[in-house]
Amino acid sequence: MGMQRVKFTFISELVKEPIIYQLGQNFQVVTNIRRADVRENMGWVVLELDGEESEIERGLDWVSAIGVRVDPVSGDVIDG
Amino acid sequence: MPFVSGLKCRECGRDNPPEPLNVCDFCFGPLEVVYDYATISEVISHERITSGPLSIWRYQDLLPASGEDPVDIMAGYTPLLKARNLGKRLGLHNLYIKNDSVNPSFSFKDRVVSVASTKAVEFGFDTLACASTGNLACSVAAHAARAGVRAVVFIPWDLERGKIIGAAVYNPTLVSVEGTYDEVNRLCSEIADNYGWAFVNINMRPYYAEGSKTLGYEVAEQLGWRVPEHVVVPSASGAMFTKIWKGFNELACLGLLDGVEASSFGPDQNTVHHPAVITRMHMAQAVGCAPIANAWNNGLAHVAPVRPNTVAKSLAIGNPADGIYALRVLKQSDGSAYAVPEQEVVEGIKLLAETEGIFTETAGGVTVSALRNLAESGAIKPDELTVAYITGNGLKTQEAVEEVVDPLSIKPTMRSFEDALNQRIAVGG
Repeated sequence: MGMQRVKFTFISELVKEPIIYQLGQNFQVVTNIRRADVRENMGWVVLELDGEESEIERGLDWVSAIGVRVDPVSGDVIDG
Repeated sequence: MPFVSGLKCRECGRDNPPEPLNVCDFCFGPLEVVYDYATISEVISHERITSGPLSIWRYQDLLPASGEDPVDIMAGYTPLLKARNLGKRLGLHNLYIKNDSVNPSFSFKDRVVSVASTKAVEFGFDTLACASTGNLACSVAAHAARAGVRAVVFIPWDLERGKIIGAAVYNPTLVSVEGTYDEVNRLCSEIADNYGWAFVNINMRPYYAEGSKTLGYEVAEQLGWRVPEHVVVPSASGAMFTKIWKGFNELACLGLLDGVEASSFGPDQNTVHHPAVITRMHMAQAVGCAPIANAWNNGLAHVAPVRPNTVAKSLAIGNPADGIYALRVLKQSDGSAYAVPEQEVVEGIKLLAETEGIFTETAGGVTVSALRNLAESGAIKPDELTVAYITGNGLKTQEAVEEVVDPLSIKPTMRSFEDALNQRIAVGG
């Protein structure tokens, strides 16, 4: 089992989509939201994902593929 | 760490222990070092600071690691130069350059890494690590060598050769990561979670970031314990921008600025009560990666991530961790944010070199171009005291200005020399 803490950032077209619900339904991943701010034109959610590492990876690949930006919780890790 | 009482979540306000943590256990919000300012105010003075070492450690009372035996390659105490020629060109009579490109590994990163590595050694870590596009890699590798600990440095596979050599010479374990920017980010974050290493900008981040406050302290000290009316600062994550502001305000609250009464630190005596100073903070980003400037200039409360595509690689952070806090500083200080067109980055490098003899990297070109814009627009008045921060050395990004190489090619004769010289003079060269 593995755990990842990630931040999803949604563009306006995806704000109304139940993406986190689908992530939990379509992949063997438990989602646990810790902090979020969703507005009309943009939104972000900080959450913890629990599951097999391969399943978390598959889930995150799917989330990225539909246009959600996925980052580590602390923002970009690569520094100048 | 006599004056640190813990880490506080910047979002939910919960207290966390002063351990190697970067996010709040409850809400995953970022953490900030909490100081016992009441005790600091009893011991700190101009005399105590000026009798300290000629490095960032002269401000050890306001840093989160012990200054008794720091990991120190003499970061900081860099020159503050009156920029008469550049000022004349821009119509600014009271302009200074804080030349932080002359730090030991040639960028301001030595300030933050010196603090992070000292803290890491205090915690008992035997490995320093980072993921970097250049400056941070060099500094971490250099400080690890000084501390006698292992360094593991992750770099994107397409990093410029000069930067790779600049880090590799200190003999770290150099890991070149092949993947997209986002993939590399996620991988490095996972590695940080799974290895017991001190990643300076991840699990050491609250301590690391505090090192940038010394850029504020030094400028104030070098100006005779006063703060500028304007500063121009390049910005990537936004951390340095917020910490310079914090540094100015700490000095003000502690009564260390001439003509400014000591003031409150906020209700719990541990939070700086902003703003205590009048400095207007101006942020400089490049158009190819300007998420904070975009948010500010569009009046947004959010910083929307971008995919970086800029010549200023040391500023190429698309999802800035401190972006939201940088927006607050812009508001508190009545500041501004400018996104410099990419073609003006190199112009800024050349302008600084030609007028002041300082060769800066692309981030410095961004700063100088933003400064020029602020002067031309009248946002900075001719007599206002202004400081522009130059944070990295041009030797690291020589590719950006390769076109300046245009020598007179001659045969080894006086005739050939004079012909060439006259020809160059004729075309105005």
